[in-house]
Amino acid sequence: MMLYEYAAKEIFSRCGIPVPGSSLITSADDAGAVARKLGSVVIKAQVTAGGRGKAGGILTAATPDEAAQKAQRILGMSIKGLPVKKVLVEEYKKPEKEMYLGITIDRKARRPIIMASTEGGIDIEETARNFPEKIFRIHIDPLTGIHDYQARRIAYSLDRENSTLITDLVKKLYRVFTDYDCTLAEINPLAQASGAIFALDAKMVIDDNALFRQDVGEEEDVDALSGIAKKQGMSYVSLDGDIGCIVNGAGLAMATLDMIRYYGGQPANFMDVRAGANAEQVKTALRIVSSNRNVKAIIMNIFGGITKCDEVARGIIDVISEVKVPLVIRLTGTNEESGRRMLEEHGIDLASSTEEAAEAVVELGHSHR
Amino acid sequence: MGILIDKDTRLLVQGITGREGSFQTKQMKDFGTNIVAGITPGKGGSEIYGIPVFDSVAQAVDEVDPNASVIFVPPRFTADAIFEAIDSEIELIICITEGVPVHDMMRVCAYLENSSSRLIGPNCPGITTPGESKVGIMPNPIHRPGNIGLVSRSGTLTYEIIDLLSKSGIGQSTSAGIGGDPLTGTSFIDVLRLFEEDPMTHAVVLVGEIGGTAEQDSIDFIKQMSKPVVAYIVGVSAPPGKTMGHAGAIVSMGGGTALEKIQAFERAGIEVGRSPKDIVQKIKTIMSI
Repeated sequence: MMLYEYAAKEIFSRCGIPVPGSSLITSADDAGAVARKLGSVVIKAQVTAGGRGKAGGILTAATPDEAAQKAQRILGMSIKGLPVKKVLVEEYKKPEKEMYLGITIDRKARRPIIMASTEGGIDIEETARNFPEKIFRIHIDPLTGIHDYQARRIAYSLDRENSTLITDLVKKLYRVFTDYDCTLAEINPLAQASGAIFALDAKMVIDDNALFRQDVGEEEDVDALSGIAKKQGMSYVSLDGDIGCIVNGAGLAMATLDMIRYYGGQPANFMDVRAGANAEQVKTALRIVSSNRNVKAIIMNIFGGITKCDEVARGIIDVISEVKVPLVIRLTGTNEESGRRMLEEHGIDLASSTEEAAEAVVELGHSHR
Repeated sequence: MGILIDKDTRLLVQGITGREGSFQTKQMKDFGTNIVAGITPGKGGSEIYGIPVFDSVAQAVDEVDPNASVIFVPPRFTADAIFEAIDSEIELIICITEGVPVHDMMRVCAYLENSSSRLIGPNCPGITTPGESKVGIMPNPIHRPGNIGLVSRSGTLTYEIIDLLSKSGIGQSTSAGIGGDPLTGTSFIDVLRLFEEDPMTHAVVLVGEIGGTAEQDSIDFIKQMSKPVVAYIVGVSAPPGKTMGHAGAIVSMGGGTALEKIQAFERAGIEVGRSPKDIVQKIKTIMSI
């Protein structure tokens, strides 16, 4: 789960990482009031999508009137389909130097990696690609945590003059990274401004698997259907096509999508009902997928391991009368016999393999147009 | 033969009295797996399906000498269960649990490096050596003994391919699910190395998916192998993941998409199947069946 910038900055601030003064506002008038207190300000759209700056969601304002006007403009816009409902009005700090500091998980090394560069800003990935030597990297042993010397080395690589400040900041950011179960804790840019160091931006992504022990408040922006699915422990992503998909397991779901494409169809969504799906989840899944008006036919592909076929069959039978488009079901694995029998009693036939089901659903989708 | 587990495997089930733990214990027992004990703290002294339950792994080790453990405990207790098995020097630990926090897994992986244990998973379907032993949650009826080794990051997709192989008359030496999480105890290369050394295995099917570079990392090893490998990589039409900050991109420098993976395999001269059916066809051709 990605945190909003303001939420990440609240955490940074609580943990002693310096951030500029700011206020979160939801109306343009409030922006003017905040600017009267702070002076020159930056007005930043609060959405969890990247590319805010390029979309015009980050503007500076020198006066309260200008702040109100620009906040009004940003509050009315949508960035990557997400409406901007909140804006952060922040004290403007003119950066004399923009650096990069990020901590993430290096999957290959199976441990945290801290990366730092004197060339921060939006072109950091370009820099990393073309001049890998400009990125200082250091791995941390998760059992011991960060050593002082490691934080010092990073600080020296960034800014010798402010090395004491930065050493401290690196250690604090690592603390944020572990305490909040982050998969990413990033400051870009980390700026030197008026003789001090500030985190001008803040990105935190919290491991979804750790949300049971992290209380980080507000959910990230998702569309309504994804939200409903998520509440029941399933994952739904809407796509552009017209074949609705319900599958258990992400791997089989991706294979099913690939095969629909292979047979000339276009998937309308990705949906993983996860291992151990019960009748209730199956019902919700069918309702979510069939609520998309573009859907011309639905494929349901279940290979039971932990998921039990009779549970799935119960869910299908309960909701089948609501589904108005053709439904192709493939159901096999644990408790297959009773699941199959239940469906047959209701006159529902089953496909025998993913490929057969994919081919059939594409065919039905075409003829349903 | 086969790899990792066989008829001499003496299995411990951590979390045996839970809903999944008990259901899957019954399935494994029906398959013929030799389950010597179960663990549920607080339920020591009881029995389930005639299997003795202990409060701790250490007790079970003293009493019944297991050499493998399978973990069904919920995510918030999973790391602790793995640490407990490592500290009791269980050789093979197979973690089925999905949803283990990645920070827990970083500590587990670091701890494993100085231990004698091997961890498979988490978030995996486990391992089956047909005719000998099954540890995990793969459905019982799909397997068939034979000479194809299978290694996969997926769960249900793995069943799909095993099922299709079996129905086409192609048996498996061992099917191993290594898990779909960003951090896993055992990599593709680890399993490929075991298949390379296993006389029962004549060819290998590798099933990968989008995310990370674990598939590409195995290419150099595959090129040195004496046994043919057929790969299948899913997610060509998967929605692109949200870009989250720059750090992920800087670490991996690309390579995470299905297409990039497929192209890397093809460039290295490794066969890539387009669908489960195509995999079976390619295996048939290779094995001249």
